[in-house]
Amino acid sequence: MGEPLLVRLIADGPPSLWEWIARNWDTGRVGSIKDLLGDHLVMSLVPIVAGLVLALPLGLASARWRWLYQPAAGVFNVVYALPSLPVFMLLISVTGLSKTTVIIPLTFYAIAVLLPAVVDGLGSVPDHVRQSAVAMGFTPLRRLVQVELPIAVPVVLAGLRVVAVSSISLVSVGALIGQGGLGMLFTRAYQNPFLPPVVVGIVLIVALALVADGLLVLAQRLLTPWVRARRAS
Amino acid sequence: MSWLSDFFGDPANWSGPDGIPARLLEHLEFSALALALAMLVAIPLGLLIGHTGRGGVIVVISANLARALPTLGLLVLFVLLLGTASILPVIIPLVLLAIPPILVNTFEGIRSVDPELRDAAYGMGLTGGQVLGRVLVPVALPLILLGLRLSAIQVVATTTVAAYTGLGGLGRFVIDGFATKDYASVVGGSVLIVLFALAVQLVFTLLQRTTVSPGVSRRVKVRQVASGRETT
Repeated sequence: MGEPLLVRLIADGPPSLWEWIARNWDTGRVGSIKDLLGDHLVMSLVPIVAGLVLALPLGLASARWRWLYQPAAGVFNVVYALPSLPVFMLLISVTGLSKTTVIIPLTFYAIAVLLPAVVDGLGSVPDHVRQSAVAMGFTPLRRLVQVELPIAVPVVLAGLRVVAVSSISLVSVGALIGQGGLGMLFTRAYQNPFLPPVVVGIVLIVALALVADGLLVLAQRLLTPWVRARRAS
Repeated sequence: MSWLSDFFGDPANWSGPDGIPARLLEHLEFSALALALAMLVAIPLGLLIGHTGRGGVIVVISANLARALPTLGLLVLFVLLLGTASILPVIIPLVLLAIPPILVNTFEGIRSVDPELRDAAYGMGLTGGQVLGRVLVPVALPLILLGLRLSAIQVVATTTVAAYTGLGGLGRFVIDGFATKDYASVVGGSVLIVLFALAVQLVFTLLQRTTVSPGVSRRVKVRQVASGRETT
């Protein structure tokens, strides 16, 4: 590798990021920024959604049958401790060099964060509220959908925010197996020492994470209007 | 499975500077170094901010930002900027990413101590430092240790990725093996890293069992107080 780029950065001043972005945004070939951004969105959104869809029934079951919770949480706690890169590598023999290889582990990490969030969320439903619903003649299903889940929303969404932000940043590790979305900009910049791709990659990933986080905060406001109403009164 | 026996059965993989023992030791060294440096910064800062209650917002923002920062991008950025003359450019992002989990959990741990407990300690005549050391830290210890465990998990994973930017450690087997299509090395290295991560997880779980006061973790039942109400 050549000289540290900091030396050149100080001598020549910062490179023109905008020019580099304009040249590489949509080249029509594989690996344009637009292309990588799309890949990145798919590889991060699928685990977020799939994680939620899988964690909800698992969390409901764990909340109902408490004996299930400890072993389930234990397994996902262990899964969460596994570094992503070796897991990607071990999965390659099953799923090949595809987006799925990145999506599957990220989905498991998502469940590991969301399972306790769902269980805690349901646990945050006050007993008198649950009993009132029973006394009003709510069937168990209607009680779940109209009373318990809405009350659980803030805790579940707090978990979902963590999942969204970390999934978006974790996708980039997939670049080491050629499936990293915007992370491909990092490997490209390393192989051919050049700063703009790294800076643009980091900025875009952090920006995506912030947008996802903001959308979830907005979703929480829309889903739990009573929180604001209570604060205003 | 023959990849595993190829990798672990090859005597050449068990000796020399790129053998399993040497790489394992490197991985342990880099992870421990990064974790120790991060603790050195994050624990005092977390205690201070939690105790004084000032600067909490910064802690929460830094934790969220750290989660959003892509580790690979940060590693490549530092290595490109500072060169590969020493391991410093790789250690800096490793430490930076290890700080937030410890910082935020130490801060939350101290902040969430029951104010009545804190007041009682002051009421008994303890000084600020004594209150922190004898009351707040023991009560906050489960969260502090959780922060350390999350940070350790993060460091082990980041050290693996850092092999891409030239750092030694177990990641070398995976990265080099992938580049040279030596799949025995990829699979063997991956299994080693997974086992290493599980061992780290186990050590921190045991640490939590042994160092947290039984009264705090509720492993002993708190005696009933005069009013007859359980104090838990």
